[in-house]
Amino acid sequence: MARIVIDPVTRIEGHLRIEAQVEGGSVTDAWSSGTMFRGIELILRGRDPREAWIWTQRICGVCTTVHALASVRAVEDALGVEVPPNAELIRNIIGATQYVQDHVIHFYHLHALDWVDVTLALKADPAKTSQLAESISAWPKSSRAYFKLIQDRVKGLVESKQLSLFSSGYWGHPAYHLPPEANLLAVAHYIEALEFQREFIRIHAVLGGKNPHLQTYLVGGMACAMDPNEPHAPINPERITFLSEIAKTAQTFVEQVYIPDVLAVAGFYRDWFGRGEGLGNFLSYGEYPQGGIHDTSKYFLPRGAILGRDLSKVHPVDPAQVSEYVTHSWYEYSGGDSAGKHPYEGETRPKYTGPKPPFEHLNVEEKYSWLKSPRFNDTPMEVGPLSRMLVAYASGHAEVKELVNGVLTKLNAPATALFSTLGRIAARAIETQLMARQVPKWIDQLYQNLAHGDLRVHNGEKWDPATWPRSAQGWGFHEAPRGSLGHWVQIEDRAIKNYQCVVPTTWNAGPRDAKGQRGAYEAALLKTPIADPERPIEILRTVHSFDPCLACAVHVTSAQGRRFAEVQVR
Amino acid sequence: MLPQGQSLSSALKARGVSRRRFMEFCGAMVATLALPSRYVAKVADALGKTKKPVLVWLQFQDCAGNSESILRASHPTVLEVVLDLLSWEYHEIIMAGAGKQAEAALQRVVKEEKGKYLVVVEGAIPLADGGVYCTVAGRTAIDLAREVCRNAAASIAVGACAWDGGLVAAKPNPTGAVGLEEAVPGLTLINMPGCPQNPANTVAVLVHYLTFGELPATDQYHRPLFAYGRIIHDQCERRAHYDAGRYVEEWGDEGHRKGWCLYKMGCKGPQATFNCPNVRWNDQTSWPVKAGHGCLACASHRFWDTKSPFYERLPQVPGFGVDVSAGEIGLVLTGAVAGATIVHGIASAVRDRARGETKPAEDQKANPSEFAKS
Repeated sequence: MARIVIDPVTRIEGHLRIEAQVEGGSVTDAWSSGTMFRGIELILRGRDPREAWIWTQRICGVCTTVHALASVRAVEDALGVEVPPNAELIRNIIGATQYVQDHVIHFYHLHALDWVDVTLALKADPAKTSQLAESISAWPKSSRAYFKLIQDRVKGLVESKQLSLFSSGYWGHPAYHLPPEANLLAVAHYIEALEFQREFIRIHAVLGGKNPHLQTYLVGGMACAMDPNEPHAPINPERITFLSEIAKTAQTFVEQVYIPDVLAVAGFYRDWFGRGEGLGNFLSYGEYPQGGIHDTSKYFLPRGAILGRDLSKVHPVDPAQVSEYVTHSWYEYSGGDSAGKHPYEGETRPKYTGPKPPFEHLNVEEKYSWLKSPRFNDTPMEVGPLSRMLVAYASGHAEVKELVNGVLTKLNAPATALFSTLGRIAARAIETQLMARQVPKWIDQLYQNLAHGDLRVHNGEKWDPATWPRSAQGWGFHEAPRGSLGHWVQIEDRAIKNYQCVVPTTWNAGPRDAKGQRGAYEAALLKTPIADPERPIEILRTVHSFDPCLACAVHVTSAQGRRFAEVQVR
Repeated sequence: MLPQGQSLSSALKARGVSRRRFMEFCGAMVATLALPSRYVAKVADALGKTKKPVLVWLQFQDCAGNSESILRASHPTVLEVVLDLLSWEYHEIIMAGAGKQAEAALQRVVKEEKGKYLVVVEGAIPLADGGVYCTVAGRTAIDLAREVCRNAAASIAVGACAWDGGLVAAKPNPTGAVGLEEAVPGLTLINMPGCPQNPANTVAVLVHYLTFGELPATDQYHRPLFAYGRIIHDQCERRAHYDAGRYVEEWGDEGHRKGWCLYKMGCKGPQATFNCPNVRWNDQTSWPVKAGHGCLACASHRFWDTKSPFYERLPQVPGFGVDVSAGEIGLVLTGAVAGATIVHGIASAVRDRARGETKPAEDQKANPSEFAKS
């Protein structure tokens, strides 16, 4: 019996610590802890709600743009503002681009090294690697000479004894199953994906000025003005052509590199279809409005919840069903820590009761994380690409069904295999393909509007705070790459009175609640086999399959009612 | 290290990187650093001879935006930095190892490379309540920063948060967050503010260090002059519209579509110093003003509090309106910066002697924009 600690969990965003009890070679219990706290919601109080998106976007630089979108939607909901169709399209393009970008980076740069042994690439035969590459894809970078070049590069690195970021990996671990040729192929694509993400994200630079931290959102629309005849308009025919070209190149990369790689790697790790299952409850707020935010029936990805692995029924979702617990979190509630609170009633008083640093172990019987525990009707839920794809699949989304069934057929696996570590990886890849197809379509729609003279990008009816009611409140959401994100804002006297974010990784990585129900990571780690407690790569595989983002997950507001009027510095 | 006797340029050559491409990279770096072109050869020469120094990248109260930003570096790509210029041995967001193995990698560098390695710090450092608001491997951020930065040859603070606490330190600063310079005084340090930092500038600093063996010249905030020495307003592609009195009045109006000046929409360009309009972002594709939104002055001191509300028009910008002479506002502001530099230099020298420290305290720093307003 041993307590394993992984801190820092690397190849994620933010500061995550996992403690796991291991008995008889497998995990018998696990605790997930966020170890960093900033207090951004507290900082927001008293400020102009129109600029809340600029602040909240800095919750995360990996999931850049996602909090900006949720924030402007929350304020628009509070003020009753509807954005013009062009703004909706631009937001959809930015959001879908972020899915593709994030998912590709996740697979190659954050997750692949759990499955790929870089050092084994040295033993590969470049000619056989070329054969393997050509057997799974039409991607042209597949010659023997190309793989030889990559292999020499790895060789040089290993021989230099300065392995850089690869110096501390679990190389040689018995859990690595890929043949040398597949390892070499993956290393080549790791490098190509670095180039990909750098190029592809120029879509965000055009529409948002820069990435990370785009700077063109506005409450009421977008600031990237459109004009078919102006060379200096942020969006004009020349820029649209530029966007289209990048989007089409990306689609090819996803279809010819990412998808075949996922299928190939999954084929060697089929036992992970039976591991890391977790809660079996899945939530999606739905995303990509195509006829106004209020018509959820026209969303490209549907809203809904799946409970108890039952794909025959999709339950309706209302944000009123969300609450947060702090029973095992380093906060206290005025009414006691055993009841949950809806975000509009949300209060958080940070109160660290953990061990004094430096420490060896957390006291997991008491409070042990800076993350709260969000619940949907008091039920813990998993969020993310798997949840979205399952909700879409169960809702009868034709394109999703086609893609999911295609992947399951190729892997010779039933739909229930998706409830797993490998299922999360497959769902993320399917979603990437889906959205990579969609980006060019939305860019084309934007072009059609531009060509037909619809140039509106902003609805300025409520821009002037003098037009606002004395008090208002609203909910904004976004299905971020990592899952369901909600912002709740309360506005009084033209300033933010209270602000609450309930964030994807808080759903997934949160601690136990008042009833002792585990969070999604904690549940998914149960029964994970551990070959070597000193090198617990199996834990990383399941935790990484969720694509953790801890900066997003930790947040705070102060006690209800207290105002920080002095923050309006001029 | 590279194999014995092998230089970087020969290693690049062996890897199929041509001499010409190497020289192009050196040229781009020299341009970013605002050095005369004759330095191209000097940079190329130095990089050709250098052995790979070790770099570690620490993340504290951060959003990883600066890490993501460096991944988007175009000249050179991050991979070239990783594999060719530096041995990048610790960076939580992308390194292979985790937990014990990651800790061991960092400890190895601190002990075996003592006094020789570079450290990049991202994110603020919380000092309140014994530092419990950020721990890594059970240790506080301040504990780690002291150990790792004090044993480094030089520290590079990237992003607004690592510089002055950034957003995390914005009022009411719930966690007592500060920047690296205040958290660990006395370091050989350079600040690369911005939200996030621009990777072109950070890579240029690394190249400068590898070429000349020292950090580039800095201003009173220890920001490199090549990147933070000029006012955005003076470099802005919309400047002619400002001078001619052509302003965006409403989002999406004719002026907005034609790329007119965003001053009335709250643009902070007249009070911001940064090379954003020139180096731009994401392979020089764009920058916020080009994309249609005002500047936030994200490389200015404590910009979250001093430059917000972000949609409020800057007060008392001299000569605002039609017929202002092109250089007037810039003259006033650069004059203010120079004045602040001198005043600050004297003040900090006096203070440093009094305290026996080399670094000034946060609260006594002069803010150039305050001078501009008065």
